[in-house]
Amino acid sequence: MEKNKTAALREQILRASGVNPKKCMRCGKCSGTCPAYDEMEYHPHQFVYMVETGNIEPLLHSESVYKCLSCFACVERCPRGVEPAKLIEALCAAVTRPQGANHMTPDDIPALLDEDLPQQAIVSALRKYMK
Amino acid sequence: MQRIGVFVCWCGSNIAATVDVHAVAEAAKLEPGVVFSTDYQYMCSQAGQNMIIDAVKEHKLTGLVICSCSPRMHEATFRKTAANAGINPYMVEIANIREQCSWVHKDMPTGTEKAIILAKAAIAKVHLNTPLTPGESKVTKRALVIGGGIAGIQTALDIADAGYPVDIVEKEPTIGGKMAQLDKTFPTLDCAACILTPKMVDAAQNENIRIISYAKVEEVGGFVGNFHVKIRKKARFVNEDVCTGCGLCTEKCPQKKVPNAFNLNMDNHRAIYIPFAQAVPKVAVIDPDYCNMLKNGKCGVCAKVCTAGAIDYKQEDQIIEEDYGAIVAATGYNPISVEKFDEFAYSQSKDVITSLEFERLTNAAGPTAGKLLRPSDGEHPHTIVFVQCVGSRCASCAGKGKEYCSKICCMYTAKHAMLVRDKYPDTEVYVFYIDVRTPGKNFDEFYRRAVEEYGVHYIKGMVGKVTPENGKLKVQASDLLADRQLHIDADLVVLAAAIEPDKSARPLATMLTASMDTNDFFTEAHPKLRPVESPTAGIFLSGACQGPKDIPETVSQASAAAAKVIGLLSKNTLKGNPCVAQSDELMCNGCSSCANVCPYGAITYVNKEFRMPDRTTKVRRVASVNPAVCQGCGACTVACPSGAMDLNGFKNNQIMAEVDAICK
Ligand SMILES: Cc1cc2nc3c(=O)[nH]c(=O)nc-3n(C[C@H](O)[C@H](O)[C@H](O)COP(=O)(O)OP(=O)(O)OC[C@H]3O[C@@H](n4cnc5c(N)ncnc54)[C@H](O)[C@@H]3O)c2cc1C
Ligand code: SF4
Ligand code: SF4
Ligand code: SF4
Ligand code: SF4
Repeated sequence: MEKNKTAALREQILRASGVNPKKCMRCGKCSGTCPAYDEMEYHPHQFVYMVETGNIEPLLHSESVYKCLSCFACVERCPRGVEPAKLIEALCAAVTRPQGANHMTPDDIPALLDEDLPQQAIVSALRKYMK
Repeated sequence: MQRIGVFVCWCGSNIAATVDVHAVAEAAKLEPGVVFSTDYQYMCSQAGQNMIIDAVKEHKLTGLVICSCSPRMHEATFRKTAANAGINPYMVEIANIREQCSWVHKDMPTGTEKAIILAKAAIAKVHLNTPLTPGESKVTKRALVIGGGIAGIQTALDIADAGYPVDIVEKEPTIGGKMAQLDKTFPTLDCAACILTPKMVDAAQNENIRIISYAKVEEVGGFVGNFHVKIRKKARFVNEDVCTGCGLCTEKCPQKKVPNAFNLNMDNHRAIYIPFAQAVPKVAVIDPDYCNMLKNGKCGVCAKVCTAGAIDYKQEDQIIEEDYGAIVAATGYNPISVEKFDEFAYSQSKDVITSLEFERLTNAAGPTAGKLLRPSDGEHPHTIVFVQCVGSRCASCAGKGKEYCSKICCMYTAKHAMLVRDKYPDTEVYVFYIDVRTPGKNFDEFYRRAVEEYGVHYIKGMVGKVTPENGKLKVQASDLLADRQLHIDADLVVLAAAIEPDKSARPLATMLTASMDTNDFFTEAHPKLRPVESPTAGIFLSGACQGPKDIPETVSQASAAAAKVIGLLSKNTLKGNPCVAQSDELMCNGCSSCANVCPYGAITYVNKEFRMPDRTTKVRRVASVNPAVCQGCGACTVACPSGAMDLNGFKNNQIMAEVDAICK
């Protein structure tokens, strides 16, 4: 992607999410807390750092944007109020909107449910894929 | 008519780069009363001051206007210059054309225009200046130290050593503070008690030191050199002069279930107790919330066993009133409560502890006699996880944590980790850190020893959550350098909790009229150049009440504060500030508005006889200002509805003249 296109995308993601990645002190508490960590290629703190430095391209092509459960644990526990999940959500929207479609539909969700899935995650998933 | 001299300073390029100093000097020449005006590179230098003195003599000047930096910086300098030139120091006015002009403007025309206006205002004011003479007040040669931690003890010892009497007011039954609770101390690992208790004993034995323990300051009046303080000494129900500290009562008391605050409530003591073996004063104290005798009159065992006859169930609080020349705040700090950080499960598991609790668990005089045992089952822990920065550097945890770095926890965590590995080499120790901050003499070497010699696993990353499960603590954390999430089954989790000022510091600061920052740490008069003085004259700062500090730093600051106190107490008299309020009795109607707003209690009312126009006399109630107490804040002059109250040096007509000059 050309430079100014990346810059524009970065701007759009920051605006949509309301996140200021400069507040991050790279403590890693978000990634320490994230229940979806092992499913992700890029982890919450890396999302923050990569958006900050404009290294957005790999994130757009990674499944990681769909792996976030939107449980908001990272938002709750980040000591600097960075709110990584909001950034991931904005990235996700930046990928799915131009394609006109989500990675999956809300109808796919019931088949994926299992005993251990917290209720919060189910509600979050529905919220996410209804968009 | 005054003969006014105007001196415009360049302050190198600080002013001259944004203000045309020559134009300011020229413009000033056109003002009425100005008979001399010039500019110079450094007005405050010896050459600059000589220039002023020469001009005063040559042009017979009666008033001076210095256009320079803030009066906070050099007003005193130029007042001295005026005195040296033979004119009253209060005939000097400063126009602040640096902080309030050249430093805030970017372009020369705006800066110059404003500087000229400020100069004109100062000239207008000088016209109405009158010579003022400061009063003198005596200095009470006794100091008060509030807080008996290592900071307060060191300050008191140094003041006493210089020959001045000093009182330590300590809210707990013993002095010693947090240091008394520690086990070994970084960076040299000497035992805290071994180096602290001799100092506590020194304080107790020093004839210049009086320790008022189990007490608090209730009221502070007066001003630098002449504070009047009311201290409430709580009843301990034991006669301090008679008790020998034998401790027999503390073994026989039947009420055994009193949480032991000194051991952070990890075990119990009796209703009558001595906080720890080396307590100073070593006198028992009864906790009235638990004592059967005090609660329902049924017991009296301690009185029976006490051979000294020291027990006194009828003892009451005692009020001590004393005068002091100087007051030192040394109220220290406390770890924050970590309960609100749910993710660390502190409230859910006994095996999640704070670092201060860890100190007690490894202390030979602690609840486990120094054996490191899990609080839940008394087993020896084999895997220990230390978490740094718990509640520190936390910008988004309003009501939970603190935004600042607590400064001491990196070092004490390294200490804890090292000591565990030394004593129990079969234990795996993990330390999760965001940054390791170890500036200080031999500090980084200390931390590296923990890693290199003692094999402590330092992991860059943070613990995300701790879950108690089947007697273990499941720790989930990030290892940022290895880019993986870690899952550790730990036996003990130790939280390096942020530290905060003692909760009693804020109300105390209000009594002392000493300022505090938003975190309730006492503010220093200047962060670099006056670090041990409060902006309020006569109030000094010692130890962690001013900001997070380790022991070496605390002790240095404590001695520095003592030096300042000694400097003050060595004076016989202090020159007051003549810029105090004064009321015009003829205009005053005794309404009390001024006394209600005066923060220093400087205003009282007197009944005075006045002759009326019809030759009768009438008694009227009028305000009277105590010039020694008044700090010249001017609140009363604004509150006075009849315009009777005025402030010397800042009279209403002077201020109006300045406003007029600005608006002209
Ligand atoms: C877990 C832990 C380990 C540590 N280990 C080390 C170490 O190894 N080496 C090191 O250098 N530092 C260490 N420290 C830091 C050390 O504890 C402090 O530097 C030191 O205690 C500061 O002393 P202080 O006198 O300022 O405060 P404090 O020790 O807190 O003393 C303040 C005193 O004032 C009293 N007080 C408070 N308010 C009032 C009031 N209103 N009226 C009257 N009295 C009042 C308190 O009761 C207390 O006695 C450690 C700290 C912690 C938490
Ligand atoms: S919101 Fe997403 S990124 Fe944040 S902790 Fe939950 S799953 Fe992980
Ligand atoms: S928890 Fe917050 S500050 Fe820490 S790495 Fe994640 S986003 Fe950055
Ligand atoms: S009188 Fe109170 S303090 Fe004394 S032994 Fe009885 S319960 Fe304990
Ligand atoms: S001293 Fe270390 S552990 Fe403590 S707050 Fe600062 S960085 Fe964190």
